[in-house]
Amino acid sequence: MKEEIVIAGFGGQGVLSMGKILAYAGLMDGKEVTWMPSYGPEQRGGTANVTVIVSDNAISSPVLDTFDTAVVLNQQSLDKFESKVKPGGTLIYDPSGIHRLPSRTDIRVIPVDAITASIELKNSKTYNMVLLGALLKCRPIVGIDAVIRGLRKTLPERHHHLIPLNEEALRKGMSLVD
Amino acid sequence: MEAEEVRLMKGNEAIAHAAIRYGVDGYFGYPITPQSEVLETLAELKPWETTGMVVLQAESEVAAINMVYGGAATGKAVMTSSSSPGVSLKQEGISYIAASELPALIVNVMRGGPGLGTIQPSQADYFQAVKGGGHGDYHLIVLAPATVQEMTDFVALGFDLAFKYRNPAMILADGVVGQMMEKVVLPPQRPRRTEEELRAQCPWAACGKGDRKNRNVITSLELDSARMEENNHRFQATYKLIEQNEVRYQTYYADDADYLIVAFGSVARICLKAIEEAREAGIKVGMLRPITLWPFPKTQIAELAKSVRGILTVELNAGQMVEDVRLAAPTTPVYHFGRMGGIVPNPGEVLQALKEHFPELA
Repeated sequence: MKEEIVIAGFGGQGVLSMGKILAYAGLMDGKEVTWMPSYGPEQRGGTANVTVIVSDNAISSPVLDTFDTAVVLNQQSLDKFESKVKPGGTLIYDPSGIHRLPSRTDIRVIPVDAITASIELKNSKTYNMVLLGALLKCRPIVGIDAVIRGLRKTLPERHHHLIPLNEEALRKGMSLVD
Repeated sequence: MEAEEVRLMKGNEAIAHAAIRYGVDGYFGYPITPQSEVLETLAELKPWETTGMVVLQAESEVAAINMVYGGAATGKAVMTSSSSPGVSLKQEGISYIAASELPALIVNVMRGGPGLGTIQPSQADYFQAVKGGGHGDYHLIVLAPATVQEMTDFVALGFDLAFKYRNPAMILADGVVGQMMEKVVLPPQRPRRTEEELRAQCPWAACGKGDRKNRNVITSLELDSARMEENNHRFQATYKLIEQNEVRYQTYYADDADYLIVAFGSVARICLKAIEEAREAGIKVGMLRPITLWPFPKTQIAELAKSVRGILTVELNAGQMVEDVRLAAPTTPVYHFGRMGGIVPNPGEVLQALKEHFPELA
């Protein structure tokens, strides 16, 4: 098993932390993982992206030109990464703010309205966890239990009361994908 | 011994953890992207409360390297870290440390230059690191990590070599390996050396006369030219010994290779993926990854050059290490592919460059 993923969007949408949670979940499942962020000014409002690789075997390059799965959260990222999904791969996108829809027919294209879902969960910060749930439904790279174990390990104790809400968001995201 | 836990962290964070675990006495730095997490992580871990390690944010890079100079003169295990523009500022101090035959560790997490440049990854400080950088005839021992585990391990290796040869060592990393996270196993915690251990290990240290007959004096100044030439001969003898003993490198698919890539640091990993793709297409490419950039694995490259049709170096610069590869393999066609200004090539571009330089592969 080897999954090469890019997650891209605006800085502040939780792109880097969604990648980090996925990487930690991979670690919990005993996989090899790399997490390579675009770093610097992107964190403060520009476009941000992160490449995450989860694999059973040693990982060579943390930098990639094509991906098995892309999760894109704005138009710029969709424009940039749609062509970089491998044939047969998966493109997950948030349709809000998207005016030029993806056009590839050789990949699986899945819209996930995570904004509405996070509003229903009454916490906009659950946005990226909804998307992570959707991603893990499409691509069962790691189990939800591994994500929860990763959160428990990496979140400071004072935030542990938020773990059930995050789990709810993950499950909601999963339910948005057929 | 209890098995160490596998952790996920950035290369920069790993350097900070590794420094504490090695029993480093002092870190002196000044923040700059993309290596600020070294100082940040040390501040979070507060080693002054556990091992007694000093962590100090200096007023500038120049101050930091001179604190390292002072600390090293007393036999302490001391280090600094910065990124390209900051490392340029440190060069005077590094030359003084080398001339005073002192052990120290300097970390450069390179970013795109010249000038203030960009914060994205680069390898354009290769010349600066391996050819001196500051004034005078001197060499640093230069280690090039490709993984977060090597970022960790090279802290100990760098200090061990620095103390063994009384010569400063440098970890020459880049923004990729500094910023990326992957799995790492930290070494066990070593206690910092006691004063007695330090005196026994470093009889040259200026740490008080004690029961010694004379004071130890550390200086790089020698106004008597004959003596200064003698000093230089002594430095050169040390460099020769290091070149004989400390060359480190790793080869990949090199045994049956028709073409050889030479790349260091994170770029070697990108090349490895390109090589895997080339091999699937039936192209026999191999790689040599220098782990020590100085001393450079020139004998090993010369040996491999005999059995390949050509060599491609891939670097995040305009062509620096390629000169050393050409010196090692003067009769083999040697080409360079590089990106600059913080752009990191992907595996597809590396494969493309290989085909451009060796048209029979296209």
